[in-house]
Amino acid sequence: MFTTNASRGLPRHRSRSLAERYRRWISRALVAALVVSLLWLVVAFHLRGQWMFALLFLVLGASLAVVFGKRELMSHRYVFPALAGMGVFVIFPLLYTVGISFSNYSSSNLLSEERVRAQFLERTYQAEGSAFDFRLYREGERVRLYLEAQGEETSIGASRLISEPLVDSESGGSLAVHPAQSPPAGEVLGMREVIAERERLQRLVLTTPEGVELRMAGLRHFAPILPRYTENPDGSLTDLRDGTRLTPDREHGFFVDGEGERLTPGWPVAVGLDNYARVLLDPDVRGPFLAIFVWTFVFAGLTVLFTLAVGFVLASLLQWEQLRGKAVYRTLLILPYAVPAFISILIFKGMFNQSYGEINLILEGLFGIRPNWFTDPAMARTMLLLCMGLLQSVPRDLYEASAVDGGGPLTNMFRITLPLIIKPLTPLLIAAFAFNFNNFVLITLLTGGSPDILGASTPAGTTDLLVSYTYRIAFQDAGQDFGLAAAIATLIFLLVMGLSLLNLRLSRVEV
Amino acid sequence: MAMVQPRSIRARKLAAHLALLGVVALVAFPLLLVISISFREGNFATGNLIPERFSLEHWSLALGIPWERADGSVVQPPFPVLLWLWNSVKVAAVSSVLILLLATTSAYAFARMRFRGKAGLLKGMLIFQMFPPVLSLVALYALFDRLGQLVPWLGINSHGSLILASLGAVALHIWTIKGYFESIDGSLEEAAMIDGASTWQAFRHILLPLSVPILMVVFILAFIMSIMEYPMASVLLLDEDKLTLAVGAQQYLAEHNQRWGDFAAAAVLSGLPITLVFLLCQRWIVGGLTAGGVKG
Repeated sequence: MFTTNASRGLPRHRSRSLAERYRRWISRALVAALVVSLLWLVVAFHLRGQWMFALLFLVLGASLAVVFGKRELMSHRYVFPALAGMGVFVIFPLLYTVGISFSNYSSSNLLSEERVRAQFLERTYQAEGSAFDFRLYREGERVRLYLEAQGEETSIGASRLISEPLVDSESGGSLAVHPAQSPPAGEVLGMREVIAERERLQRLVLTTPEGVELRMAGLRHFAPILPRYTENPDGSLTDLRDGTRLTPDREHGFFVDGEGERLTPGWPVAVGLDNYARVLLDPDVRGPFLAIFVWTFVFAGLTVLFTLAVGFVLASLLQWEQLRGKAVYRTLLILPYAVPAFISILIFKGMFNQSYGEINLILEGLFGIRPNWFTDPAMARTMLLLCMGLLQSVPRDLYEASAVDGGGPLTNMFRITLPLIIKPLTPLLIAAFAFNFNNFVLITLLTGGSPDILGASTPAGTTDLLVSYTYRIAFQDAGQDFGLAAAIATLIFLLVMGLSLLNLRLSRVEV
Repeated sequence: MAMVQPRSIRARKLAAHLALLGVVALVAFPLLLVISISFREGNFATGNLIPERFSLEHWSLALGIPWERADGSVVQPPFPVLLWLWNSVKVAAVSSVLILLLATTSAYAFARMRFRGKAGLLKGMLIFQMFPPVLSLVALYALFDRLGQLVPWLGINSHGSLILASLGAVALHIWTIKGYFESIDGSLEEAAMIDGASTWQAFRHILLPLSVPILMVVFILAFIMSIMEYPMASVLLLDEDKLTLAVGAQQYLAEHNQRWGDFAAAAVLSGLPITLVFLLCQRWIVGGLTAGGVKG
């Protein structure tokens, strides 16, 4: 075989061709621009406190600079883009998933602690105690608000305030108010007119010269909006309404009040092996998990067996020399492969519909039965196996495998053909097993995992495979428990890793 | 075979034909059924394979044209099927071109060059390719969510993120192209390099023109895989006008409002081109893959 060492042995010379020189400079500038933009990402992620992502792009930018900067690594330049793609979108997500599995990352623990703290500090409340009565005064065409404090003491200084004239705009917006000694001249508007103006008043924000904001708190009052929490030097927050102290619980990632009650939102923290403990010990999670685990293996195993049986018979028939029209059959049998899966699976979904689907019409005509394919667990599972069998019944590779020894009559099959063929087929079977083990699209599009397992604390269905179960825990309405999903995903990673190593050994890949 | 001629060979042939025909019928029935349903009136109307009450309503809706019923009521198209198809084709085309670029250059290095860590990289790629991307969706979602806060056109709900995410799946293509490159004799490039061509020039002007067939095969494979990609798109895309066909199509058969007829028309309309491309390229794909696989 011819190999080259990417001209790294040749001395670097200044090219005589002008175009060549320009091209070199352009490619250098491109690499530099890429490195700079990656470094910008690093700094931006670092400033946001997302060190995992900062590290990812730092590694990416640095390796880019090294590979394209050193002449000894000329060969690696060719490999780098593809490896970078795999690194960022396959290997990093994998490691990140494993990392998430040791945290309580979920929809309630999503933002960083700083962001959660900032959210609490942004919260406000209306100080009902220091409210102002208000009246509307008309001066010619214009209307002003006049506010008078209810008690003697106010939290904002002045006890009488008068506003700028109201503007006739749709949006409420902000309006300045000034301290005043007495009510303005002009006619006081009655309750009916106040009610007519209510919507506009509700959107209005009055701002005092000190910067305190007031909002409408009832048909007769405006009340100041005050920040609800202040930060204490030790990192805890004080609720200004009732003086409760909220202390950050860095073990669970929540602010807790005096009675230990948790306030959402929280932030993600490391929880060690908690997620794994939940999968293996908590009966509400373990029960469904084990059921789904077993079903996943049963499904993948049966599908492979079914596929192998049907495919083997078909392949033997199509290998039969004396049979005519083999090409036509072959073309027709390829059809299930050619139709995109997301369409053929949905076609099956329609055909299995209980009241209108064609399959039930035929079954009713023949046997007078009308199975409920989607709500009865056993029927739903049967349906899945039927669909998969039909979708995959003709593994193309079987043709070639059985062509080797001419696939004889059925009597010879088990004695000669099968033992001969099973060895080269094993890697294929393992690959098919792994594929069906993770056949997410089929489950999601056909049943969505339903019917549900009763008494499960996570979204779990009787037809769910481990992958679709993980997906539902992570992305479906109830909870979005990313940490738990990542823990289950990590367990599946280990399984897949075992399968792929086995496959690599069996197929004896030579590099 | 010829020596042990069974007595009942005709009966056996007949049985074989019957069995094959049965399977073909089983496979072809759903497809014919869908075509038939797309021309029937109403959703979930039953009847023969040849529709008795012929109607173009579903087809009109699938093409995005409002349909006026006999009683004067006008039906609006439920979903923008053509837009979805266009989204799918757009994403698939861009990502296949990028995948082809990445895979070809690195396959060249793997096939022709010696460098440190080559064997490890090749094996590692095979292992990592086995991990289903569904499982790292949480991480990918987090990645693009954060990235989108800095670079909006790469965030959640953008086609950029979907294209970028597909760049992870290059290992298979690298192996395919590598096998093909290794089956081409290297003496042509050697000659070119003796004449003063650089490595890149030998690759660009000698090897690439020779490998157009395998590049076509890989492009089509990547294109079809991208069109059919479901899990990533279902997480990364949110708005109805951003969806790809694979994610959008299932909305026809939602839990409580199944539009069987509309779905059938949309499925035939959008699935037919993809199916035809696959069937036409079938021979090349198998040929190309085995050509690449022999040496793999």
